[in-house]
Amino acid sequence: MTATGQPTVPRTDERLLHTSMLRKLLGRPELGSVVGAVAVFLFFAIVADSFLRPSSLGTVLYAASTIGIMAVPVALLMIGGEFDLSAGVMVTSSALISSIFSYQLTANVWTGVFVSLLVTLGFGAFNGFMLTRTKLPSFIITLGTFLMLTGLNLGFTKLLSDTVSTKAIGDMEGFDSARKVFASYLTIGGVELKVTILWWVVLIAVATWILIRTRFGNWIFAVGGQADAARAVGVPVIRTRIGLYLGVAFAAWISGQHLLFSYDVVQSGEGVGNELIYIIAAVIGGCLITGGYGSGIGSAIGALIFGMTSKGIVYAEWNPDWFKFFLGAMLLLATLLNAWVRKRAEATT
Amino acid sequence: MARVRTGVRAMGAVLAAVLAASLAGCSSTGGKRAEERAARQAAEGRSAVNTPRWTFAMVTHSGDGDTFWDIVQSGAEMAARKDNINFLYSHSAEGQQQAELVQTAIDKKVDGLVVSLAKPDSLKAVVAKAVKAGIPVITVNSGSAESKAFGALTHIGQDESIAGEAVGDELGKRGRKKALCVLHEQGNVGHEQRCAGAKKTFDGTMENLYVDGTNLPDVQASIEAKLGADKSIDAVVTLGAPFAAAAVKAKKTAGSKAEIDTFDLNASVAAGLQDDSLGFAVDQQPYLQGYEAVDLLWLYRYNQNVLGGGLPVLTGPQIITADDADALAEYAKRGTR
Repeated sequence: MTATGQPTVPRTDERLLHTSMLRKLLGRPELGSVVGAVAVFLFFAIVADSFLRPSSLGTVLYAASTIGIMAVPVALLMIGGEFDLSAGVMVTSSALISSIFSYQLTANVWTGVFVSLLVTLGFGAFNGFMLTRTKLPSFIITLGTFLMLTGLNLGFTKLLSDTVSTKAIGDMEGFDSARKVFASYLTIGGVELKVTILWWVVLIAVATWILIRTRFGNWIFAVGGQADAARAVGVPVIRTRIGLYLGVAFAAWISGQHLLFSYDVVQSGEGVGNELIYIIAAVIGGCLITGGYGSGIGSAIGALIFGMTSKGIVYAEWNPDWFKFFLGAMLLLATLLNAWVRKRAEATT
Repeated sequence: MARVRTGVRAMGAVLAAVLAASLAGCSSTGGKRAEERAARQAAEGRSAVNTPRWTFAMVTHSGDGDTFWDIVQSGAEMAARKDNINFLYSHSAEGQQQAELVQTAIDKKVDGLVVSLAKPDSLKAVVAKAVKAGIPVITVNSGSAESKAFGALTHIGQDESIAGEAVGDELGKRGRKKALCVLHEQGNVGHEQRCAGAKKTFDGTMENLYVDGTNLPDVQASIEAKLGADKSIDAVVTLGAPFAAAAVKAKKTAGSKAEIDTFDLNASVAAGLQDDSLGFAVDQQPYLQGYEAVDLLWLYRYNQNVLGGGLPVLTGPQIITADDADALAEYAKRGTR
């Protein structure tokens, strides 16, 4: 159905024109970041002799995956034109809920894990509902959630365990099987591959499939690009946004369980500041801060760049005091590169 | 074109003025030059041994720009210079990040590892991995309870409970009745132990106040609010040197009579002890923690020596009052106390 209601003439639509491989490639949001990732990799491979050891690559991949798991849904959310500043502490909240619930009720650890899933999804739903009901910018809403969760993490933990960290649950039923799911690792030829890498790859695949192959994916792009126009053509804007926040909450739950089952005890004050790292990963990966543009794979590349830089600096034996400086410079460079590539791509179409 | 030229001329004039001012207005006291003179007079750090150049890594739970850890680091660097060690330092306040940094040290196949165990559970697995890989591990500062179980050679630091108890005693000696314990690092078990220890031996009442240590104005405002709300508080104990200064300011604005006491030492704490704006300080000698950690690793590598006989090697608590402050002020100024 065309908008004007005229009968469609059977002619080739300009959207079905054959584009060359190169042009297709240039039009991908993550192209700039791929170039950046290769550059960063080569750079550290040259300056840090221990960077290319199998065990080092395993460490870098693990560091990237812990960020990447969160960066994937955050990227989708940003394509949908919104922010989530509560994503960092939500990870800690999720781990705390799981641990405290299991311990206090002396329940099987898996009970805590599922309760934590429900509650964390509740946080996501809260963000989504507040956003759609109040019409306030998501920056403000999630800033509020971020602060509230930070306080709740600390307050509740202190109230129930009398210290700022949770009690150990390593001796409880179900812990071992949960550890297998959330925090085990495989050793393949000297490389230690943590299970988070698998979770990460699955999330990237699911996110990419949603964006490219499903109606919901189209809605995300539409809502992020032009919400009013999207609403006018019948896109369920509210449902889409709430869905995106639920996605972030789900990933926060996975990350939180990983934290808990890796270390058995959770510190209540952690996670603050990580939300910006997830956003950085998504932006380096080609997401626009204004929404409507980006990709799931891009966020993964962004997380990989972050992992390589943060660990590469250590392997290169540089003074870590400069890490934040490099990160900032890299963010600017990557974004400029992305913008330049996008401009070139648009110019050639 | 003309505008560009006047711009250049103006720049030149400004530069000339700055140069002239800096040459004309020399300070005969303090400043960079005094520091350089002091550095020249200090021992020139050349290695005193001819052992191979081993690489030791130190991974701590410090945040960015932390005074205390800066002193630990300078102690470690001094020992590294003497012992011909390639010394690597990295840190993260997040348990998971710290564990990853330890992992990078293992990947680098370092010859020795120094770790602080403020968040022992986060580091348990990775320290075990280091031990398994045959890397000698020494724990510093926090984690005296876990150190041995994790397979470390020695723990160097202060027993936080004992240090806290010393503070409680000292407060009692000074006739204090109601004290406030200011915790600036959420999630640090050692800090909790300090306040609990102080509570145990203090015969008055003591309550805890949590503040955000990364945000100094906020620390000051929190203490101010507390002192304003409760005039009966007559002692404030801060757990780190930078926070003592904030507490002194807060006391002034709140118009409180409380005595400010603190853990740790720095130049301004030493000055505070000298002018009686602070009561006493409890030092755990961070310089010694860094220095000894590196030196003991060297000894282990060189001679299989282990210090402590299976018990932690304590670097504190050392109660410092106005009497000792004069001598220590100078060392604090150069950043080694």
